[in-house]
Amino acid sequence: MTELVSTTPGLYPLPDWAKQTLSDLKGHQKHDLISGNEGPDIVSAYERAREEVVSEQVDAGLDRVVEGQLRWDDMLAHPLTVHENVETGGIVRYYDNNNFYRDPQVRGELTFSGDVAAELDATADLLGDDDSLQAVLPGPYSLADLSTDEYYGDEAEFLDAVSEFLAGEVDAFPDHETLFLLEPSLIESPPGEDIDAQLPEAISAVADATDANVVVHTYWGALEEKVYAHLMDADVDGIGFDFVAGDRDQTFYNINEYGTKDDIALGLVDGQNTLVEDPATVRERVEWTLDRVQNKTFDTAYVTSNTELFYLPENRATEKLSALAAATEDELEVEA
Amino acid sequence: MSRDAENREQFRPENHDNEHFLLTTVVGSYPKPKWLNRANDLAEDPDSKFTEEHLHEAHDDACRVITNEHERSGLDTVVDGEMRREEMVEYFAHRIPGYEFNGPVKVWGHNYFDKPSVVGEVEYDEPWLVDEFEFTRDVASKPVKVPITGPYTLASWSFNEHYESEAELAYALADLVNEEIEQLVEAGATYIQIDEPALATTPDDHAIVGECLERIVSGVPDEVRIGLHVCYGDYSRIYPELNDYPIDEFDVELCNGGYDQIDVFTEPEFEPDLALGVVDVHDAEVESVEEIKENILQGLKVVPPEKLTISPDCGVKLLPRKVAYQKMENMVKAAREVEAELDAGEIDLDAPVQSAD
Repeated sequence: MTELVSTTPGLYPLPDWAKQTLSDLKGHQKHDLISGNEGPDIVSAYERAREEVVSEQVDAGLDRVVEGQLRWDDMLAHPLTVHENVETGGIVRYYDNNNFYRDPQVRGELTFSGDVAAELDATADLLGDDDSLQAVLPGPYSLADLSTDEYYGDEAEFLDAVSEFLAGEVDAFPDHETLFLLEPSLIESPPGEDIDAQLPEAISAVADATDANVVVHTYWGALEEKVYAHLMDADVDGIGFDFVAGDRDQTFYNINEYGTKDDIALGLVDGQNTLVEDPATVRERVEWTLDRVQNKTFDTAYVTSNTELFYLPENRATEKLSALAAATEDELEVEA
Repeated sequence: MSRDAENREQFRPENHDNEHFLLTTVVGSYPKPKWLNRANDLAEDPDSKFTEEHLHEAHDDACRVITNEHERSGLDTVVDGEMRREEMVEYFAHRIPGYEFNGPVKVWGHNYFDKPSVVGEVEYDEPWLVDEFEFTRDVASKPVKVPITGPYTLASWSFNEHYESEAELAYALADLVNEEIEQLVEAGATYIQIDEPALATTPDDHAIVGECLERIVSGVPDEVRIGLHVCYGDYSRIYPELNDYPIDEFDVELCNGGYDQIDVFTEPEFEPDLALGVVDVHDAEVESVEEIKENILQGLKVVPPEKLTISPDCGVKLLPRKVAYQKMENMVKAAREVEAELDAGEIDLDAPVQSAD
């Protein structure tokens, strides 16, 4: 029997009051964005906002609770844009979206930072005895892809360094139940032949730094066959798929041809559209999707939005949380 | 197929000194006077005695001032600087039944926009821009250009909850734009510009934009000039396909990139008129007349003078107002000097730009 676990890939929209307050406190320009050493007013605004999004998830009944990554002005590039040996360059487009982030230019060794661990410590404190904490990080391939290497000089060496850096960060995390490694770049700009064989090792290094269940979540399409085959060699518990924007047939082909892990994440709620899905419809999609995977019963199926949630206005993001939580409830009636 | 672009002569001023005529224009937006921003804030403040009516009066005043500022700079065609518009999608979404607003979403850092959702069939209700056009036309002594956000951009920069696909939504919106243009033409508008910045981010959708334009110009008389503005993209991905667009003029930003993409448009032959960006709107340094003249010559690599329009790269609203004005003034001066040099036969049209080597 597959256990259904409701969750999200994190990166929430800031509550509307915080959008205003933080924009007043920080400013609108490139150099005003998060640096990793914010003043007390900014820190306290983020603390208040974090408390809100954590309570929202708990109240909605989500099985896994994320920190919300509200400080991640540069989205998935954040862990590097706040690093002391990284300089931020120009504003560049975030994948194919109408969103932009500062180009992290790596100018020195990627030493331990602890920035994300501090956010998770604060979240763990808020959750107390509740063991539903889910950590979120960019996967090593996506983080390297979003950055510019001005130090290591070699693509393979850089990927290795980013992977080691992330493993060091994970090592400092408080206890967490699940770790989501977000890897949209595996689809958006898939690794070429020179680097793809290194992928399993790079991901495993990060995954091995935690005892938690690790899911590599992919979105904005389906993985190329070869990339999927390499990903299957990574030492992780689950792979996540985008069943909203993705080419579903290709995804099912990959899974049925190469098998998949014991856990799966189903990106079934649209993180980029304000239309809020009905929980019963989400549940139907869960069952339909699991039925399409031949000869496989999963330990855990994470039911999630396909993408981060910051693309949505606050009210709709919150409603999506409730839909996800309700869709995984045992007593939910599904019309066949 | 491009439309018949013979409609530019109507914009030649009566007292034009030169035989050649390089039509000068702007893309649309202009820095708002500080007092207008204050007036907007006051109108939103429930404790203030400043009413919507007062704000309307302030908008009228601002439109008068900015239209006049455009005329003083010597432009052949003017805009009201989009004083009544805050944002290019929101302004229209507020006027189209079928749209709703749920709150701000992030663009980057702490820059947000009220990205609207399409929750039902989009419909044409009241005219969007006719009042604005009539007001500007009445205060202007030069022909007025009307910029409209294009249906593809209105669709792409919204959440689509209702239509089967983004293309279906864009086509439905294109029919509304067509209806609006019909009203504008009836009110006397002769120069319409469709703004499609979203095409630059998803150039593979050029055929959707083409189908939208077919719908937009359907029934629009040939003497009405139809321009298309696109900015900040990789133009090799939409050229030569854009030669098939039913437009009179393609307005493009190229100054910002130092004309590194100008050669994209030279082969095959460029069909519509070219409205070339000759001043950078993201650089507060005012280009000299000489520098702008060099930029204009870049346009002559693509089209002959009778098909060349001169314009800033994009809307100038992010520049300091003085800088914006100075850029327009220098731009017009440069155009007039190039016209005189063309009259005198001083420009080699086979090789307008001296090669670097």
